[in-house]
Amino acid sequence: MDDALVRAGRALRVVLLIVLSLLFLIPFYLLVRNGLSSEQDITSPRWTFFPGELRWGNVRELFDDPSVPFARSLLNSALIAVATTVGTLLPASLAGYGLARIPYRHANKVFYGILGTLLVPAAVTFVPSFVLVSSLGWISTLRGLIVPTLFSAFACFVFRQYFLGFPRELEDAAQVDGLGYWRTYWLVVVPGARPVFAAVGTIVFLGAWNSFLWPLVIGQDQSAWTVQVALSSFTTSQVVRLHELFVAAVMSVLPLLLVFLCFQRWIVAGVERSGID
Amino acid sequence: MRRRRALWFWVFVGPFAAGLALFTYVPLLWSVALSFFDAHNTVTPTHFVGLDNYTAMLRDDAFVGSLRTFLVFTAFIVPATYVFSLALALMVNRVRRARAFFRSVFFLPAACSYVVAALVWKMSIFNGVRFGLANTVLGWFGGDPVAWLSITDPPWYWLVIVTVRLWLQAGFYMILFLAGLQRIDPVLYEAAAVDGARPGWTVLRHITLPQLRATSVAVVLLLVINAFQAFDEFYNLLSDARGYPPYARPPLVYLYYTALGQGQNLGLGSAGAVILALVIAVVTVGQARWLRLGRTDADG
Repeated sequence: MDDALVRAGRALRVVLLIVLSLLFLIPFYLLVRNGLSSEQDITSPRWTFFPGELRWGNVRELFDDPSVPFARSLLNSALIAVATTVGTLLPASLAGYGLARIPYRHANKVFYGILGTLLVPAAVTFVPSFVLVSSLGWISTLRGLIVPTLFSAFACFVFRQYFLGFPRELEDAAQVDGLGYWRTYWLVVVPGARPVFAAVGTIVFLGAWNSFLWPLVIGQDQSAWTVQVALSSFTTSQVVRLHELFVAAVMSVLPLLLVFLCFQRWIVAGVERSGID
Repeated sequence: MRRRRALWFWVFVGPFAAGLALFTYVPLLWSVALSFFDAHNTVTPTHFVGLDNYTAMLRDDAFVGSLRTFLVFTAFIVPATYVFSLALALMVNRVRRARAFFRSVFFLPAACSYVVAALVWKMSIFNGVRFGLANTVLGWFGGDPVAWLSITDPPWYWLVIVTVRLWLQAGFYMILFLAGLQRIDPVLYEAAAVDGARPGWTVLRHITLPQLRATSVAVVLLLVINAFQAFDEFYNLLSDARGYPPYARPPLVYLYYTALGQGQNLGLGSAGAVILALVIAVVTVGQARWLRLGRTDADG
């Protein structure tokens, strides 16, 4: 009796999981379906699961459309995401190491000063940050889109926690060999800490590629649009060419899905580590 | 020796601390300063107005209404995401085959931006005309099409807003819960089984949930902070060429239009940002106290 109940419960769980995963995948399917449909198929009152014909030509049409700087916005997003990732890892990992390993009287005060900024979400400071960036003359420049986002208290915090739990023996041996903090860091610590670099790096990359409010505020000229801003400008404008819009969305998600599938292990590890506890 | 260590400390921490100061502390202080000035279209105002911007914002029904919108949204999304992602984690954790597959599928939306997700929700699933998926499904059951995003009575737009965020972020929190579940000592479950506790509700309530306490605290804090930052999906779901409708307008959307819209009223926008930052700090600190975060996160 009990056995049958347990088995029924297990079966129910599997069925539920399968239904839920289908629901989770439907939006991805709709994205691709609409991206490869004609405008008529998308807006047809008789909705069908499969479009009448697959139009791969939509991709070329999107890049040929002179009213939309889509190729440029893809390039901007790629530059910004790569630069932001590299530019975040370097100062944050150095700071995390210093906070974790170099004894200094005021280290705790500095740490709380950094941690405190997590209380003020970056999105709330967008008005004053906009003011600062515009007074530097950085509006609609890649500098303005990248530099202010590089100093992530979250990344610094994750690195500090990681280095606190890092085995000390190797560093001690390096110190005995006469390596100072600087060379110990580059020759011993960085190679041993590759997992945390990969984890934080992929999270920062995803965040930079997907961020919207800051690029919307700073990227005012079309030449400084990111993919997200370009997509958003289609959805909020009057004249929408739906099939172009959807194929553009597919193009914007594809690079990330590749990163995601290649680095999933690291992302999961990184997310777990960001669990604060 | 001590001095040399201090020097090296600043070599390592200095660049980061300087950048953080310049791009977080300076804007914050500048914002506080601007909020006391009449600053239309200028970042170096001269006309000091004291607390006028603050009283104007607090008397502004639209701004106060946006804070209320945020509270309603938080009251929906925090418990909903918490329960849903915990349920996903419990199910995925106990499934025998294809665990990696299910975990990936639920986590996959994390690769999607709010802009893309809002596009699919607005133009494909919850389109108000006949070709939307939701209305098509309604039609199968003989229902009439619903204008999901534009009718306010009943406020169907909340369904659209909440589901898009659930889809995007549930997988992320599921991963946190899965990590927490892995850390629970199996001995606890064996002991419960020996004591005759049936797997299910009792075990969940007396073992799993208490053991997940630290994770839960982190999850709730992150959920509330993220809800406060809501902008992307609201903006992309509801605004169009004519602007933003007066309903479902969270504080950041309102501040965006106030500070960077046509008026460029940076003083008023800054006052709003300061009010919002204070509300967030008070809620976050209060919540951390209430959940006794300090106990598990003592000075590492």
